[in-house]
Amino acid sequence: MWPDERVARFVAENFIPARVHVKDDAALFQKYGEKYAAQWTPTVLELDADGVERHRMEGFLPTEDFLAQLILGRAKIAFQEKKWDEAIKLFRRVYEELPDSDTAAEALYWTGVARYKSTNDPTALKETARAFSSRYSDSTWAKKASIWA
Amino acid sequence: MEIQFRHDVDRVLEEAKEQKKPVILDFSAAPM
Repeated sequence: MWPDERVARFVAENFIPARVHVKDDAALFQKYGEKYAAQWTPTVLELDADGVERHRMEGFLPTEDFLAQLILGRAKIAFQEKKWDEAIKLFRRVYEELPDSDTAAEALYWTGVARYKSTNDPTALKETARAFSSRYSDSTWAKKASIWA
Repeated sequence: MEIQFRHDVDRVLEEAKEQKKPVILDFSAAPM
């Protein structure tokens, strides 16, 4: 996951990377494993600038799915900060650049929410619901968006 | 490009707040 060039570049551009090894950093693992309830490895957390967990990945993922999750998590941080344009851009990256990733449907859903939040225009939600009729229609996220149609 | 993971997590969290930058925190058991 980590050695991939796209992953490394995205991390370098968006995060301060830190690692706690369960054995080699035993004291740190005791402290932060407890603080963030990390009970399995790999567990990768995306924290906002205040150290609040905004996204969690537990277990190994193939590179494409891992990168998609990384971008989704970064988008959630922007969303939490009400940086709507940045959030929309990042959510879109997930399903435009990694359309077959497991998290693409979730990213499409949140794109609609972020667009609505940025404009207060419910058209964004209706358009998102319509978009689900042509892609990811079997996903949970399509069901969640169906109320907007 | 190789990711330069830091192990001084206390300091990383302080810098994140100062720089208003998010953090990736990787809990790993892989050989280092």
